Amino acid sequence: MKTKSNIERILESGEFVVTSECGPPRGADPEVIRRKGALLKEVVDGVNVTDNQTSVVRMSSFASCIILKEMGFDPILQMVCRDRNRIAIQSDILGAAALGINNILCLSGDHQKFGDHAQAKNVFDMDSIQLINTVKMMRDDGRFVGGDEVNGRPRLFIGAAANPFADPFEIRAARLAKKVKAGVEFIQTQCIYNVKKFEQWMEMVRGRGLHEKCAILAGVTPFKSVGMARYMKNQVPGMDVPDEMIERLGGMPKEKQSEEGIKICLETIQRLREIPGVRGIHIMAIEWEEKVAEIAKAAGLLPRPQLT
Amino acid sequence: MIVGNRKPLEEILGMIKPYKRLLLLGCNECVTVCSVGGEREVGVLASELRLWSAKEGQDLEIREHTIERQCDHEYIDQIRSFVDEYEVILSMACGAGVQYVADKYPTRPVLPAINTTFLGVTLEQGVWSERCQGGGTCILDQTGGICPITRCAKSLLNGPCGGSSNGKCEVDKETDCGWQLIVDRLKELGQLDQYEEIMPIKDWSTSRDGGPRKRVREDSRL
Repeated sequence: MKTKSNIERILESGEFVVTSECGPPRGADPEVIRRKGALLKEVVDGVNVTDNQTSVVRMSSFASCIILKEMGFDPILQMVCRDRNRIAIQSDILGAAALGINNILCLSGDHQKFGDHAQAKNVFDMDSIQLINTVKMMRDDGRFVGGDEVNGRPRLFIGAAANPFADPFEIRAARLAKKVKAGVEFIQTQCIYNVKKFEQWMEMVRGRGLHEKCAILAGVTPFKSVGMARYMKNQVPGMDVPDEMIERLGGMPKEKQSEEGIKICLETIQRLREIPGVRGIHIMAIEWEEKVAEIAKAAGLLPRPQLT
Repeated sequence: MIVGNRKPLEEILGMIKPYKRLLLLGCNECVTVCSVGGEREVGVLASELRLWSAKEGQDLEIREHTIERQCDHEYIDQIRSFVDEYEVILSMACGAGVQYVADKYPTRPVLPAINTTFLGVTLEQGVWSERCQGGGTCILDQTGGICPITRCAKSLLNGPCGGSSNGKCEVDKETDCGWQLIVDRLKELGQLDQYEEIMPIKDWSTSRDGGPRKRVREDSRL
């Protein structure tokens, strides 16, 4: 094993992985993280901590990861290229590894236009693929981007995201191939609603043998209501929500919609588990963390392997 | 060419408030082509200012003058004989022009009448679009002749982010996704395999990040 990552260990043992995520609060109260963390205890193998998602200022992913680490989790540090140049990124990688963070998820980051500081200057000194390569170079070659030697290599398990539904579709597998070439070891996908299209993508992925070079964790997000489904379909770029799902939710009375949303999510998980090359599930219950345990249990994903 | 937008009249009025004799200086280059700071626009702004001064009962003398280029001292020198008659120069050139005029006439305040926006092209009459950020190390040979630094909202070098949808950018539904354009073009050129190459982290030291840039060509110096 290259790292002390719990997910790497479980993947190496050939078992199915379950991850979820925790969005840090818009304030300095650590209890928010502890409360959200408590809901995920013994339910997941790793917890992503988002990095100022949708460009809204929140408690840092790094600090929130440490709070979760103290609770016994194996956190996954999300890092975006929007807010840091190569100096800050490499510095944070060293700091995270020093404090016992074992996983990093390398992302480009949402554009600041979507957030609460649309007038900010963005950085994008590097992109997500170059970030993957940076972590790998520091860990495996012991070199900084600038060429100097790293004294004390950061042992981080390297992850990234993939959106099988974004355009242009024909280069989506090629884009994953570039991430693999750069050194990615696990992938968490965008929320999957259109399973058919995801299967097509997985076919292209398997065609290139990429599923053997990185572990693909399929992303799911339960709908709370038909309103949320419509919002995801129409307002969130790169999201593919089939009409029949909206009709199905819309056909239910309001008070039954969240229950139906969970049902859809469970059916999706079952279908995803049968797709060759899918090595795990990433459950993103957005501001609905209390449902992750229920979903994992009903999907037959519990109990999780013990953390060592 | 360099493209710009005229500042709102209110903002210009705020700048020229303390002055009574104003030299309104146009430029016959880029800003003429993009219809923001040439002879015609000098005339329009002068009329707006005169109307305002007449309406407000303000004493304001305006001289309209347009020179060939505000980025070359031989043209800037052409106003030397009368510049002292005016308290202030309101330049309708790009930021480079404004600064070079100021450089040549250190005792006169030089104010900007336009906001300089980008290096771009004319798409059609009245529509201009950004194409270049002057990065100093051109990579257009690797990206099908379309610049990802300029045309991608995140300046990504290795492909589209997850927000590319139906050929459009997540930042604005009116804006083309730069990477969709690159992929389409590479496909047309039969060079899509070029996309598979990882583009390494860019050396930004040749761009603005390296500090103010200067070019010296010994063979063309006098």
